[in-house]
Order: sequence, then structure tokens, then C-alpha cells
Amino acid sequence: MNIKPIIQTSHLYKVYKTDIIETVALSDVSFQINKGEFVAIMGPSGSGKSTLMHILGALDLPTSGEYLLDGEKVSKLTDEELADIRNRKIGFIFQAFNLLPRTTAMKNVMLPMRYAGVPKTEQLEKAKKFLELVGLGNRLEHTSNQLSGGQQQRVAIARALVMNPAILLADEPTGNIASAQAEEVMALFQQLNDDGHTVVMITHEPDIAAHAKRIIHVKDGVIVEDSSNHRQKKITLSKK
Amino acid sequence: MDLLELFFESLGTLTLNKTRTGLAILGIVIGIGSVIALVSLGQASQQSIQSRIESLGSNLLTIQPGSTNQGGVRGAQGGRTTLTLDDAKAIASTPQITTINKVSSEFSRRTQITTGASNTNTQVIGSTPMYPEVHKVNIAMGSFISQRDIDVMNKVAVIGPQVVIDLFGDGANPIGQHIRASGKTLKIIGVTVSKGGTGFQNQDDVVYVPLTTAQKQLFGVNYLSSIALEAKSADAMTAAQNEVGYFLLGRHKISDPTQADFSIFSQQDILNTAASTTGTFTTLLAGIAAISLLVGGIGIMNIMLVTVTERTREIGLRKALGAKKKVIVTQFLLESIILTFTGGLIGIGLGIIASYVIANLTSSPFVISPHSVFLAFIVSAGIGIIFGWYPAQKAAGLQPIEALRYE
Repeated sequence: MNIKPIIQTSHLYKVYKTDIIETVALSDVSFQINKGEFVAIMGPSGSGKSTLMHILGALDLPTSGEYLLDGEKVSKLTDEELADIRNRKIGFIFQAFNLLPRTTAMKNVMLPMRYAGVPKTEQLEKAKKFLELVGLGNRLEHTSNQLSGGQQQRVAIARALVMNPAILLADEPTGNIASAQAEEVMALFQQLNDDGHTVVMITHEPDIAAHAKRIIHVKDGVIVEDSSNHRQKKITLSKK
Repeated sequence: MDLLELFFESLGTLTLNKTRTGLAILGIVIGIGSVIALVSLGQASQQSIQSRIESLGSNLLTIQPGSTNQGGVRGAQGGRTTLTLDDAKAIASTPQITTINKVSSEFSRRTQITTGASNTNTQVIGSTPMYPEVHKVNIAMGSFISQRDIDVMNKVAVIGPQVVIDLFGDGANPIGQHIRASGKTLKIIGVTVSKGGTGFQNQDDVVYVPLTTAQKQLFGVNYLSSIALEAKSADAMTAAQNEVGYFLLGRHKISDPTQADFSIFSQQDILNTAASTTGTFTTLLAGIAAISLLVGGIGIMNIMLVTVTERTREIGLRKALGAKKKVIVTQFLLESIILTFTGGLIGIGLGIIASYVIANLTSSPFVISPHSVFLAFIVSAGIGIIFGWYPAQKAAGLQPIEALRYE
């Protein structure tokens, strides 16, 4: 079987320099994530998992080493090219949702398509389709502040999906929402993964990581454990 | 992402915080409005001064006798008695002078005028029938002084509307009534049309009498206080000034022009002086207004900088979602341009209204030069670009990770 790697990193280093000290945030990180995987990257705070997520999300460049995302050498790109990669290949889901304030769910979901220059009719059609997919078909014109935390995160997931990215990159996606709603969000990730989406999730909570198929443990900038999660916690989405 | 879409997005952002947007716009409104109003005020006063000077007569040259200079003590200008009716006649008749149309010989002096119980102190001008033509004086009632009045030294007078008000009351008909000046009784035969003017130079506060009557009967002199000349055209003014100057020097047997016992003033000189004075005044006003415009522009920059700081997370998010630097710059630049443009438009409107009100209150002409409006518009857009540039660059230069972490 020929499985295509979506993410391939080799010997990634990230060093932060100030006048006096050098801090090594990542040290010789090499791993590979294939299409259709659901990976949780775990580690305590200060472990370098956030740095790793920024590099994987093309928000930052490694000091050395190579990073291939869906066949493109991200580690060698310019600012403008990185913006383009983020737009087309990566669907971000943030802990703080980061929706545009006082803006409707539809407009929030349309934003990445606007930066990509997708025609207006297609934008409207896709935004509606993905909001329905995440179960917000009846909240299209609600503004961010009229939605609960869980609903806001689902708008953010719809926004991450519209450009049909190579990976969904979630940074502590349940960190700011109540546990019942957190379960729903995790169920949504599992459903998306079942539909073929590659999901990479950064978390420090073992409960949340348990929903993934594979767990990578990072500590002090080094991968300390990388194993399949045989006891994946499966939830089925309650139909409402 | 096209410009129109960005424009509507910026517009949407600006309407979210109406108070702040309003205050930012207000700075520009005041700046642009005061530029328009003050420039208009300056130009209006320039125009009214010019039209007042022009109402004295067109292409006018005035000859006045030089100052007395006896034993090294220089007296007042016009104090000499060197200018005579013969000089005026010679200027009118000599073939040497070709650039002069009309010659008006004048003798004027301030004196007390009485009638019955009322009296006034006013300018009495001994004049010839040429006076109204050269000085653009029109007759409202009766007639002006005729050649016959001069020949027989008739004791008649033509009075200005201010004198009518002072002596007889507003709206009275003074024709046929009598006034007394220097112990002589003069019969009023005409009233002039009002020309406007104030104070010492008030052309309505004048009594005209025949030149000979003024010289012989009222004041006992045989010289003139001035000769007014009308040149054939505006272009001939300088030539006329020279011709008349050399002719009079010859007549008075003076070889050194610096020793001339008369001087010639051109209306053009007065106009130029007045224009440069009011021009300086206008520039000063515009300068003050420009400072308020600058302050308004800095206000816009301040607001935009606050906005950028406040929206750091949003900018980070936009960048994470694939917004390129150019898009962010354009978005913030558009916001500041919309602010200044709106402010500029409102400012132009208010400036025009203010100029109109000022013109009405001061009864000066209402002047709006299209180029000051155009300039104000360009300046307001320019302020948007210049003062919006730095905040926009700052926004676009933010690192997405830093921006997303910003609390």
C-alpha cells in the first residue's frame, strides 16, 4: 500500500535567540503524518508543542531542518508564499476561536475564500454547506457574540474546512468550552476524520488526546513517545 | 480579494464604532472647513477692497503738488501751491500728451457746512463737469455742476447722500434748499448716487461746488489740490504717467526729476499694494487653517494606531487565514482614507456654508474659488494616505504568531 505523507519533517530545530541566552524550543524533530490520520500532539506547557504547531501551521519557520507539507517545502518559502500555503493547505482551529467580532457566521466562514478570490456565489454556497455540516444550519446569520462557545468553535471548524485544506490543525480546540460541548466538538473531529480529513490536534489534556488515533508526546523540544492509540475514545455525534 | 469588497469591509468596521469614527472625522471636518472658510474670507475682502478702489474711477492717475520744503523743513504732501488750473489746461490741450482722455481739476478742503439747525464737517470739492466722468460719480437727483456754473462762479452745490442724511434726514429731498459754507450761501442743485465707503474716505460724505466758486469765493486760493487724469487704457497707464510727468517738469522748469514739485499716483499702484496686503492676509489665514488640518490628520493617525493595537488579534487571524501583507495594508489604508474623505466632504460643505454666512454678516462678496475646494479635497485624501500609511504598515508587519497571542 502506497500511503502518501501529508506532513513530513526531518531534523527540525527551532532556536530562540536573545542577546544573552539561546533557548532551544525544538531539537531534531522528525516525524511523518499520513493522509487520513488523527494525531494528537501532547506535552506540558513549555514542551515546545506550540512552537511545533506554529511551524506545522506555516506561521513560523524552523531554524534548520526541513518541513514538507503536501509535497511543498514550507521551510524555504517567503512571507507571501506562506500566506498562500496557510490559505490553501491548512485549516486552523484555535483555542480562543478567533472569529471576527460582531460578524455573522456566514461572513466568518467566507473569509478564507475571500482571500483566495473564490467567486461570491461559490463563497455563499460553500459557507452555507459547511455551516450545515457542523450543525449550524439554523445559525447562519448569527453574529459571533450571539453564539455559545461550542457553537463558535463549530463556526471556526466550518471556516477551517471551506478551503478543503490538506490538514486541520487544532490548537487546544476544547480549552475554552464547557465539557459537554467539548465532547460534541471532539465527535465532530472524529466524524471529519472518518470522512477522510487529516486532523492534527495539540493538547495537554489526556482526555481530549484520547479521541485521537495516534498520540505524539513532546517534552523539552524532543519527541519522547509516538504511538498508536488502540483505545481510541469513540463518540457518535448526537443527531439534533 | 477585490478593492470594492475591501472598501465595504472597511466601511463596515468604521460603522461599528460610531463615536470614535465621528470624532476622528470631526478633526478633518474642522480642518478642511476652516481652510475653505478662511480662504474665502480672505478672497472676499480682497475683492471688496479692489472693487472699492476701482469705484474711484478707472485707469486713474492723480497729480498732487509736492510737499513744501523751506529751509530744510519738509511740510505735508500736497501742502504746496504749485499746481494750477493752467497746468491742467495745458495737459488737456498739449499735443505732447497722447495717452490721456480726460482731465479733472480739483480743489478740496474740509470745512463746516450748516443749514438751519443742523451742521456737519465735510469735504468740499471744487470741481469741473469732468469730475463725474473721471471719478465715476452718478447723479441721483437734479444735475451736476455745469461749465456755465464755473464761468460765472455760481453759488451752487451738489451733495452726497451722507450729507443729505446728516443735514436733512434720511429720504429728504434737498434740491432747491440752501446750505452755508465759509459764510457763503449755496443752493443745492443735485444729489449723487451712493458709492459706499466708510470713514475718512467716504465718497458719499462730500459737497461738490464749482471749482471757481471754491477757489475764489469760499477759500480764496488760486491753486489746485489735485488733478485727476483718465488714461486711454489700462496698458497706457505707465506711458501716461511718464508723459505727464516730463511735461509738467518742463512746464515747471525743473531738470532733475528728484526735485519735482508734484507727484503722480497711479490707481494701479494702489491696487497692487492693496492686493499684496490682502494676499498676505489670506495666506496668513490659510496658514492658521492648515495647522488645524494638520492636527486633524494627526488625530486620524492616532485613531488608526489605536485601532491597529486593538485589532492585533484580528490581524493575526487574518494573516493565519491567508491574508497577504498587501491586503492588510489596503484594508487599513482604506479605513483612514474613508475617514478623511468623508471628513473632507463634510468640511467642504460646512466651509461653504460658513463662508456664505460670513459674507452675509459682513456684507462682503461670497467667493468660493473652485481651486481651493479642489485643493482641500486632494489634501484630505492625501492626509488619509500619509497618516494612514504608518498604522497600516504597522498592522501588516505584525507577525501572525505574536498577533494571535496578543491579549
